[in-house]
Amino acid sequence: MKSFKYKITDPVGIHARPAGRLVAEAASHHDVTITVTKDGKSADAKKLMVLMSLGVKQGDTVTVSVEGKDEATVATQMEEFFKKNL
Amino acid sequence: MEERSGKKIFGGIAIGKIKLYSKTENKVVRSKVDDVEAEIKRYEDAKGKAIEQLHGLYDKALVEVGEANAEIFNVHAMMLEDLDYTESVHNMISMQNVNAEYAVASTGDNFAEMFANMEDDYFKARSADVKDITERVITILCGGGESSDIGDEPVIIVAEDLAPSETVQMDKSKLLAFVTRLGSSNSHTAILARTMGIPALIGIDHKEDWKGKIGIVDGYEGKFIVDPEMPVLEEYFKKKEADDEQKRLLLDLKGKENITKSGQKINLYANIGNPGDLVSVIENDAGGIGLFRSEFLYLESDNYPTEEEQFLAYKKVVETMGGKKVIIRTLDIGADKQVDYFELGKEDNPALGYRAIRICLTRPEIFRTQLRALFRASAYGNLAIMYPMIISVDEVRKIKEISKAVREELAAEGIAVGEVEEGIMIETPAAAVISDELAREVDFFSIGTNDLTQYTLAIDRQNAKLDAFYDAHHPAVLRLIQMVCDNAHKAGIWAGICGELGADVTLTETFLKMGVDELSVSPGCVLSVRKAIREAE
Repeated sequence: MKSFKYKITDPVGIHARPAGRLVAEAASHHDVTITVTKDGKSADAKKLMVLMSLGVKQGDTVTVSVEGKDEATVATQMEEFFKKNL
Repeated sequence: MEERSGKKIFGGIAIGKIKLYSKTENKVVRSKVDDVEAEIKRYEDAKGKAIEQLHGLYDKALVEVGEANAEIFNVHAMMLEDLDYTESVHNMISMQNVNAEYAVASTGDNFAEMFANMEDDYFKARSADVKDITERVITILCGGGESSDIGDEPVIIVAEDLAPSETVQMDKSKLLAFVTRLGSSNSHTAILARTMGIPALIGIDHKEDWKGKIGIVDGYEGKFIVDPEMPVLEEYFKKKEADDEQKRLLLDLKGKENITKSGQKINLYANIGNPGDLVSVIENDAGGIGLFRSEFLYLESDNYPTEEEQFLAYKKVVETMGGKKVIIRTLDIGADKQVDYFELGKEDNPALGYRAIRICLTRPEIFRTQLRALFRASAYGNLAIMYPMIISVDEVRKIKEISKAVREELAAEGIAVGEVEEGIMIETPAAAVISDELAREVDFFSIGTNDLTQYTLAIDRQNAKLDAFYDAHHPAVLRLIQMVCDNAHKAGIWAGICGELGADVTLTETFLKMGVDELSVSPGCVLSVRKAIREAE
């Protein structure tokens, strides 16, 4: 398993639209499980509703872990995505 | 005639016939199904059709309200594809042998409740999105079509609630305003109303017999008037005309720079007295807030507002402005703006009395509480502090000592503080005359022309008998402004104007020539001043 920590800079946090983009990004990596964790609560990054239910706001730090095939590459790609979009 | 008050979503005036809009309510009845596989397929087909509809709405919204707002329909489509949502519907059908309508309705309720229980207002409001997508699938399952037909003539839509999909489906050319009972200022419908520029109010209960009557929506005052009397209607026709003119300006000037023909630039900010005015600041495209009067916190309360209350209010303002400058003026009350719990007593001459910084310096506990709240909020945006009613260098030094002590105290407590510019109001002739000395002590000047004029001319603006003697463009006032600007620039700081004179477009060119760095005017005047700046040489 590969994981990284990320502090959300988007002023509105993981709200509907960015969450939608995140799910689309996560879903494009078929052979891995991607989990987003905040304050001990985890959500599958491929599931929109539960991801939004984490209520991630600006300034929150989340841990993103990737498990499965090519996990290191996917983790790097996901980290890029977070930096660019969130 | 009836009048109701509601919460403002988008400013503007609409006058027209009232249309009561109600969605076709789907009555969901639980029934037993035998062929579970067929029922799941029935759900999957309906879901597919709903997603197709949502993609259609995305295309329509893309043209009408732009990509950022249209994207919500793609998110709605993704919500329907959500694995947990789908699994919940499938499970209910296969384990409990219930019909698809019932399974979808229950699943929708559960997910909507999950959001409704969240702490944050934004996420709370997402429960409306879940209800919207759920309703869409149920309508398809019940064989209902997609319809938000509002008829052939322009109408004010009055409804219990509106889903974003309903808002977008309505024919824009027939839509004058929205008035609903439910909804929140964070809902996508509210966001869409703002983007489409349609006046909208929420929190208004409607009556069946309003149908077909004439209504007036005043999106600035948050008022809804039904069946207005003639004089009221005439007054609103005039207001609407002025408003339409303003909107034309807006379209033309929004997003444009405040720059003269020869390339001189100036900052154009807005004056406000309440967080509720932030909407109009953004609508009118002000570059920041040049004067945020903090009195509302004290006037709205029946005791001294706590540090935490103030902190949250200031934080909200700087966060909403998202990095744009917000200049907050410290407490400016006095005998003319009374607050009971300050027990200020009556004075013969309140304008020359115990007020503003004079209260703060003699009652430092009130001042320190406000400063702590301000400095704490500064970590969340671009905040500046401005002190009112200054007459001497000594006062400014005292203020700086207190402010420094507050910052050190916060640092010792490990509380983050942002970069904060500290400036003073120049509103007494004394401050203007010694502005060369004051300029060495502060980061900026903001000229309060209302008081400066009243004190310079010794004329009480409230006294109608003196109108003949009053000259808003008196050379003494204009020379003082020039002097303040020159002294500011000599010391390397900036000077702005936050009084009413700043919005006087006959003076805009004069101010530009004087080298004024910033004008702060009421939100509704921002665009007319921008126009004057762009037309200046």
